[in-house]
Amino acid sequence: MSSVPVQATNPEITTPPDETGSTIWRQIKAMMSGRLIIALILVASILIFAFIGPFFLGTGDPMKIVGGLYNEPNSQQWLGTDNFGRDVFTQLMYGTRTSLYIGIVAGVVATVLGVAIGLVAGYYGGWVDELLMGITNVIITIPSIVVLILISIAIGTKSITSMAVIIGIMSWPWTARAVRAQASSVRTREHVDLAKITGASTPSILLWEIMPYMMSYIFMVFVLQMTSGILQEATLSMLGLGPSSSISLGIMLYWALLWESVRTGAWWAFVPTTLMLTVIAFSLYLLQASLDEVFNPRLRRK
Amino acid sequence: MSQSEPLLTVTNLTKVFGSGNHTNRAVDDVTFTANHGEIIAIVGESGSGKSTLARMLLRLSKPTSGSIHLGDLDASKLKGTAQKQYWRDVQGIFQNPVASFNQFYSVGRVLQKTMRLVDHPGSKAEQRAKMDAVLTAVDLNPREVFQKAPHELSGGQLQRAMIARALLVNPKVLIADESTSALDASLRVTVLNKLVDLRDSREMTILFITHDIGQAYYISDRIFVMYKGQMVEQGPTEHVLLHPQHEYTQRLLADVPRVGDWGTQISAD
Repeated sequence: MSSVPVQATNPEITTPPDETGSTIWRQIKAMMSGRLIIALILVASILIFAFIGPFFLGTGDPMKIVGGLYNEPNSQQWLGTDNFGRDVFTQLMYGTRTSLYIGIVAGVVATVLGVAIGLVAGYYGGWVDELLMGITNVIITIPSIVVLILISIAIGTKSITSMAVIIGIMSWPWTARAVRAQASSVRTREHVDLAKITGASTPSILLWEIMPYMMSYIFMVFVLQMTSGILQEATLSMLGLGPSSSISLGIMLYWALLWESVRTGAWWAFVPTTLMLTVIAFSLYLLQASLDEVFNPRLRRK
Repeated sequence: MSQSEPLLTVTNLTKVFGSGNHTNRAVDDVTFTANHGEIIAIVGESGSGKSTLARMLLRLSKPTSGSIHLGDLDASKLKGTAQKQYWRDVQGIFQNPVASFNQFYSVGRVLQKTMRLVDHPGSKAEQRAKMDAVLTAVDLNPREVFQKAPHELSGGQLQRAMIARALLVNPKVLIADESTSALDASLRVTVLNKLVDLRDSREMTILFITHDIGQAYYISDRIFVMYKGQMVEQGPTEHVLLHPQHEYTQRLLADVPRVGDWGTQISAD
């Protein structure tokens, strides 16, 4: 039997590669960096805190009055009470949930708009490109926070969702510019020409031939847009432009400022909220940065 | 359409890039005809306009002026269904086999998309049989390559898969733009022979665009020489190569390395 010695000397050739689970697992392991693991743990903790926490902890209703004005943290109310005597810890869980929801909605709106406008501008070029990029550049030069404040005052942000949509509508231009640059480079690839002479329609070329090359970038942009959406909501709500009937991290800060928690030393009304905003923003930035390493192997550390 | 009539007629085709003082006449007043079952080599250096010509013939780029006729059909103002019909008759294979396949899709998916262009009737199994047949025709094992992603195949395999894709359409005219330039020498001959086979078995007209006069000589019935956007010389291959009229063609031929010259140089040293 001549095959036996070959098998003995060349195990990696004669052993068929395991093409099922273990290959995928190995790929996942190769992509994992310390930063990515920390980012994933942080994001998962925030999600558990906001979405599962309320079932087990707190008072169950963030609007329920459970004590007096600015009760200090105690065994019942772990982070004390706010200016209305509501449990801060419960509010923090629900506020985080609202802020994440705003971030996701604003992120989706900004990403979809930015990607669509960037793709069309980059793919068509010519006057379509000039027109769309002209509009984009005009919007970029307007300080968005000023416009957000004006729009919020003008239409009166009635719900969390409408506020998130407005934030999204103001945040797409940078994405559009970056996507345009990528689209105008991918469109010159020969597989795009091949799809054209196969009779593919323009929307199908944009969707199936060009967009797949940007998916990693689009996902990272979404995470960034989500982060900035959360922070912009906090800014607007803190200025009193949020829907004060609901609860978000920004609205919690608004009440804390309005009812002089800083001057009266009621730190539990604003410190946990501020910390939570910082942790959310940090975790999402870390996730985005470590995903960048996953998608660009050149950035990986040895 | 009778066999004696030209299949493809190109008249005064011109493509100008840029505007104002910074114009570039990439293709300048090119006129030619191509007949059924003929292999024509379009030869020229890079920047001579041969790829722009190919793109216009494939309707990937709009001519500035001039016309393209496929038989009696004026191809300059095609849209929608008529445009698709034109692509059923005129297909292309490109220079870079790796860039010609979207890295996210399998070879099989590219072929399936192509099936839609030609509206092949029949069940899934029959369609699959047709796709397998074209892959076999270019010496690829369908069971091996159908599900494979482009990065799992070599450049030569991908180039042949691209020819298989064109075969699925079974066009009257096949435009091969530098289709062998990215290949190893041994694979190059395989692909060239495949193209000759296609002409012989399917009466396909092939426009073979190359910068390599050796390949042009190997494959073509007629040679067109392009220089600075203009078609400076056209004629039967042997005739053009033995009796080049235009100065540029003469220079092009003088630049071809010859084994004989090399031998002389060595002996002179």
